[in-house]
This record gives sequence, structure tokens and C-alpha cells, in this order.
Amino acid sequence: MTLDAKIPAGPIEQKWEKHRFDLKLVNPANKRKFSILVVGSGLAGGAASATLAELGYDVKCFCYQDSPRRAHSIAAQGGINAAKNYQNDGDSIRRLFYDTVKGGDFRSREGNVYRLAQVSVEIIDQCVAQGVPFAREYGGHLANRSFGGAQVSRTFYARGQTGQQLLLGAYQALSRQIARGKVKMYPRTEMLDLVVHEGRARGIVVRDLVTGEVRSETGDAVVLATGGYSNVFFLSTNAKGCNTTAIWRAHRRGALFANPCYTQIHPTCIPVSGDYQSKLTLMSESLRNDGRIWVPDDAGDERKPGDIPAEDRDYYLERKYPAFGNLVPRDIASRAAKEVCDAGRGVGPGGRGVYLDFADAIRRLGRKAIEERYGNLFEMYERITDENPYEVPMRIYPAPHYTMGGLWVDYNLMSNVPGLYVVGEANFSDHGANRLGASALMQGLADGYFVLPYTIGDYLARHMGEGPLPTDHAAFGQVEEEVRERVRRLLTIDGSRTVDSFHRELGQICWDKCGMSRDRESLREALRILPELRERYWAEVKVGGDGEELNQSLERAGRVADFLELAELMCLDALDREESCGTHFRTEYQTPEGEALRRDDEYAYVAAWEHGGESEDPVLHKETLDFENVALSQRSYK
Amino acid sequence: MRLKLQIWRQPGPDSAGRLVDYELADVSPDMSFLEMLDVLNEGLIEKGEEPVAFDHDCREGICGTCGMFINGQAHGPRARTTTCQLHMRSFRDGDTIRIEPWRARAFPVIRDLVVDRSPFDRIIQSGGFISVNTGSAPEANITPVPKDVAELAMDAAECIGCGACVAQCPNGAAQLFTAAKVSHLNVLPQGRAERDRRVLAMVRAMEESFGSCTNYAECEAVCPKGISIDFIARMNRDFLKAALTEGEGGSR
Repeated sequence: MTLDAKIPAGPIEQKWEKHRFDLKLVNPANKRKFSILVVGSGLAGGAASATLAELGYDVKCFCYQDSPRRAHSIAAQGGINAAKNYQNDGDSIRRLFYDTVKGGDFRSREGNVYRLAQVSVEIIDQCVAQGVPFAREYGGHLANRSFGGAQVSRTFYARGQTGQQLLLGAYQALSRQIARGKVKMYPRTEMLDLVVHEGRARGIVVRDLVTGEVRSETGDAVVLATGGYSNVFFLSTNAKGCNTTAIWRAHRRGALFANPCYTQIHPTCIPVSGDYQSKLTLMSESLRNDGRIWVPDDAGDERKPGDIPAEDRDYYLERKYPAFGNLVPRDIASRAAKEVCDAGRGVGPGGRGVYLDFADAIRRLGRKAIEERYGNLFEMYERITDENPYEVPMRIYPAPHYTMGGLWVDYNLMSNVPGLYVVGEANFSDHGANRLGASALMQGLADGYFVLPYTIGDYLARHMGEGPLPTDHAAFGQVEEEVRERVRRLLTIDGSRTVDSFHRELGQICWDKCGMSRDRESLREALRILPELRERYWAEVKVGGDGEELNQSLERAGRVADFLELAELMCLDALDREESCGTHFRTEYQTPEGEALRRDDEYAYVAAWEHGGESEDPVLHKETLDFENVALSQRSYK
Repeated sequence: MRLKLQIWRQPGPDSAGRLVDYELADVSPDMSFLEMLDVLNEGLIEKGEEPVAFDHDCREGICGTCGMFINGQAHGPRARTTTCQLHMRSFRDGDTIRIEPWRARAFPVIRDLVVDRSPFDRIIQSGGFISVNTGSAPEANITPVPKDVAELAMDAAECIGCGACVAQCPNGAAQLFTAAKVSHLNVLPQGRAERDRRVLAMVRAMEESFGSCTNYAECEAVCPKGISIDFIARMNRDFLKAALTEGEGGSR
């Protein structure tokens, strides 16, 4: 198999424009003859569904939540990047492009990233027109804040709820199309498999989560917008329902899975408080604009934070990275926190925490200014920990948050399975080995509003007049039967352990062996125990209830079964990539200062894995990354 | 902590429900309310009993999925707090806690504590948007929006659509939910063109499913995002103005 990313030729500034001209079009009268299935209703899926319907396509949109307004994009706090240069501080499309390629530690595609930076400006225009209430200056113009990994202010925000407001914008646009009859919405419906016939994606098999009905849905193209897989770690900042099932099932049907080992651990989350913990809560990275991160100089310093004088504190990010200070990219901030905690200097229960201190900012700006900027975050912190961050420093620790890996797609966002498109966090495309803050919202909306609606037409135009495959075709029947059989199997094991207990065990293995740092031994160990865990799962899990009703334990059981398989591929990919880059930190490969040591000669490629079937090992395909516009260099934030 | 729970169990929309008693020991005050229910459910599954179905997702107070009546109060005793953000330290050792689904005619029970809130989506579909196709937006800074107007719009836009307002209202009215969306869009210059049509359509869609507002203000008291009933007054004013000029080709 040769991987063709289909990056257009020509200067990078002109690639997207040239490509848009070269793409085939579907004329307006013909668009309504095509039906498109969109799975997921977050920023990418919601924006794509609304925009495709505006163009005239018939869209069916599916989500597991009770309403499309609840997709996990809603939880993004800090903001969305765009190269508007409103602050006159030297920003440009080229700088956003450069920061993103560098932030991703030179493991992303230049062509994709440049396009992302180009359309970023249109996203802000679109969202403002939809009524997204971004923060404003007194003159009525849009306000910006700075964010990790950048030295310019290019982040647009709506208090600490930017994701919510952008998602509601997309949801409102989607609702308008539902009212027009152009989108048929299926909430509480989960995709359980992909139907591929004669090499092309022809539809999906879904389960109605209320009635338990398993049925087929057919379309001319399938778009997966189902988010990332951080919940493989069980404890993550993702919503409890976030899962890998849609992309993992597509992978099993032939779609390549790219860079599964690139998983982002966010530096500023509330630390774990007990064994019952069900999820971790993020505190927006924007807090690092004003908060200062520190730990005591000495291990075992039991004094209260307020009693530790400045000379006994180590503001380790400011010390190690004077140029960026507390605003270094996430991967660097997370690893630095782990390092000081491993050295016994962590604070709070179990020593797994560092201080994020606002005392200086409150002295400098006044409590009111801090309240205006971060009030809701402070409230959230206080609710969870019962501590008041205006008076005592926050305690934070890194937690799994985002996955840069995902299904492989070309420049058109189409996977290697013709007719199967993947957008947003579910694909692997734009962030390389590390995503910069405020860039997830940008990518989700870029894919959904401004990229997919152009590129999908090119594929559809080539299949004019063919029509969707009828759902009574044997290809659908067979997949439906396999899905039903799997549900039956999960229900009949009737073992002794709950789904969650297995999920916790899986998460602990992934966190210990394939978390913030990995090494050959830990990964080999993981690859030895994960298959055993999977075997035990299918022998000992206890699901309960039946399949013809709302059964939340059954929903989780299917998702965890897929996480168990994905975890193995994630560890295999981490083992195979014998270098450190971005979030993928192999302890064997570090510079004398302890920074990630890339090995560009051997590893400047996208690792795209092909499923090997039940008995064969996955097959690695490589897409070489060429850097023509940004010189490969050791990242420096000093 | 040791707790007694009385939980509403109802196998399906058409079956009868009842309160069932459970006891739970070793509850940590640092647990969230939903984590306490997780512990209960793990125990029930292990014993071969049906776990309690409840809706939840982000568990950080923003998706609006969770929501239950806790001791007769939507989202429980703590002000401006969703069920998922409520922690057991808000209760005392030995407490009895009664847990019920949202109680509202417009939100029928699907199972146990899970209800159907789709009438909210229908209100938004009737007009809770600005009609602007992707690609047709002008440059973002071309229309300045005064800071206080943007803040006011944001105050309204913070609604998470959880339905606590409806559940707590003795009339099962959805005025606060509807007013929040009407106001968010109507106060912004971008939303002006459709202001009249929006408020007329949304109020009418609301009245198809929900009860009438008689100013109890229970909605504001339980709203986890602290949305003010001032927005209801604003919506009523917009509605009246629009209704008086309806059909005259005014702003719509």
C-alpha cells in the first residue's frame, strides 16, 4: 500500500487555493441527490453537518448524547487561535503555521497546517456572525489573550467557556438545518460499525441506545467526527462517554490508524483525590498567563505554601525556560511537573501536584481583575477541592486530555477507505506530536466549516448517479449480524467483574507504561499484559440487563472492548518510534538537558497502521514528512 | 460517611415507578455526587441487580447532561452547582437522600433518572439561531459590539440546557431557557435582523410543550449558571413588540 497524502504542488501559500479550483464540483441541483452520514455532533461534526446541509446535501447526523448540543467540544475552556493579528504584535498566517509545526515537534504535514492557519481567520468571522459572544474591548472590538507555545496574542475567547459558545454556534446552525428538513438528527444513537463494500465506505450500523434496536444506515459518504481516545487511560479530562469505537471499528474495516502514541497530557488539571475518582477536571491553560508554577526547593518541605518564602521556592518553568516561562507548550510543562514530583518535591496528597499560584497576579492586578478573567475556573476549583484559590495556591497535576493520533487522512480529509472522511480530533492531521493550546477548536471548525464541504464534493462528483447501497444488501446484513452477535456475547459472559473495574485496570496500565514518559521495557511489559487483560475481559466481565433497552453498562462494555484493542496498538506504536518527539517521550532518547531528542533521519514520518485481522500483527505504513518551509530544528523555548 | 438513599426506579416510559431504598457505607466527602452513584451501581451490578440509569457526560458542569432532583431540589442543595459538581461534603453522615428524575410533563421519564428533553431542541430549531450560511460572514471586527452588550449576551448564552428551570417550576414552564437564548441573540447587532421572527417563533414553540410562567422565580434559584429572570422580562417585551407589529413587515 502506498500512502498518497495528495498535497497539492506549488508554493505553500497557494496550495489550498489551487486545490479548491482543481476539485470537482457538484452542481446545486445534484447536491440533494446525495446523502451524507455524519457521526458525531461536536465542533467538527456539527459544523460539517450544518454546512453540508446549507450546500444542499441531505445529511443524517448521529450522536450518543441526548442532544447534539452536548458533545464534548463544549468543555473546552481557554479559546480558539486565529491569525488575525488584531493586536498588531507580529502575528501572521505564516507565524501561526510556524508555531503549530514547531509546537508539534515537526511531526505534522506542512500543507495541512498552512491551510489550517489560512482558514483560521474565516472561522472567527463565521462565529461572530453566528452570535458567538467573544470577549470584547471597550471599543467594541474583539479581545485576545496569549496561550502556551506562542509569543503573540492570537487567542479569541468567551470567558472560560469558549468551547461551549463555539459549539452552541454550530449547534444553532445545525438546528436551523434540522428545521429546514435538510439534516435528520439521531440523538442517543451510537455507531457500532462501518460498512465497506467493494472497497468503499457505504454506510454504518448503529444502535438506538433507548430501544436497543440495531440497524443499518446508508449514504453516499460517511464522515466520522467522533473525537479522541484519551479515555483509554480511564482517568482523563474527556467526558465519560467519549470513546474510540467509531474510529476503531473503521480501523478494523481497513482504515489506517496514524500515530496512536501521540497522546497529550495536559499540565493543568486538578490532581486525583481518591480511588473512586471517575474523571479528571482541567483547569484552563489560560491560567498560566497569570499564575506562576512552583514547588518547594527541598523534598519533604511540609510547610504550608504561604509559609514558604520566595527563596525556598523553585519556579522551575521560569528558571528552565526564561523566554517562555510559564507559557511553554503543554508537553514540556507536563514533563517538568512529573520531573519535580518524581524528585519528591511534589505537593498535596501523594506528592503528585505542583502549585499554580495567583498571589503575585492578585497583588499586581487586584482580585477583581483576576475574578473577571478566571472567576468561573476558580469557582470550579473550589467546588471540587474545597479550597479557595484566591487565598491558597491551586494544586495541579497533568492528566490525559487530547489525542493527536487518529485515523489517517489525506489532504482532503479522506481516509484510505474511499468515501470515509474523518474530521476533528478523530483524524491525525494537523498537530503532529503535540497540539498547542486553543488549536483544537480551530482545527475542528476548520475541518467542519471550511475544508470538508469542499473536498467531499470531489469524491461525490465522481460517483454521480450511482446512488447509495440499499440497506437490504448483503453487505449491510452481514455487518449487522456481527454487531448483534457481539452485543449478545457481551451480555452472556456474565462473569464476576464490572466493566468499569476492567477499564480502571486498563487505564492504570496505559498511564504507568505509556503515559508521560515511556521506555522499551515498560512498553514491552504493556504489550505482554494487555492481551492477557483482554482475554480476561472477554471471560470475566459482568454486564447485566439485556440488549433491548437503555443499558448503560452494555454501552460501556462495547467501548471498553475497543479501548482494550486500541491500547495495544498505542503501545506498539510507542515502542516502534525509537525517538522522543512532542508528547511522545522515550526516556532512552533525551538531550543532556532532558529535552525530547528527535531522530529526524529515521523517524520523520507518519506511522499509519493497518489492522492485521484477528491473528496477524498490525502492518506499519510510513508517510514521509517533507519540510520545505520550516527548517527542522531542536525545539527551544528557553 | 454512611448514607440512606431513596431512588426513583422506573424500568421504562410506560411502566410505573417507585422509590427504592438503598444503603451505602464508606462514602468519602470528597466524592462527587455522581461518583457516589457510580459506587452504588458497581455494587448493584456485582450483585446481579439492575444499576440505576442516569444521564451524565462531561462531569465538569458544562455539558448540561446530568440533572436530578435531590431532596426535592433540582441539582441538590448547593447554589449554582450542577449535580456532577456537587460533592458529598454537602451532606452529613447518616443523611437520607431522596433522588428523583426531573419532574416535568414535557420531560417524560425514559428509565429511572433519565428523561427526554427533546422539546428544548425543538425550541432552538424554531428560531434559536442567526441565519448565516458558512462563508457569508463579513470581517469579524466590522461591527463593534459594545463590551457591556457582549457581556450581557454572554450572561444569557451561558445556559447549559440542563432543564433544572423547567423541573423546579411548579408550572413546568421553560421561560428561563427560552428567554436566555432569545436574549443572547436579540441583544447582539448580528441578531437584530431576525429579532421579531425569532421571539415569536420560539415563544410559540415553547408553548406547545411547556406550561406558563407565573413568576415563581424558582427557575432562577436553581439555575446552575445563575441565569437571571431579567431575561424573561426582556423576552416578554420583545415578544409584545413583535406581536403588535406582526404582519406589518417590520424587523424580522
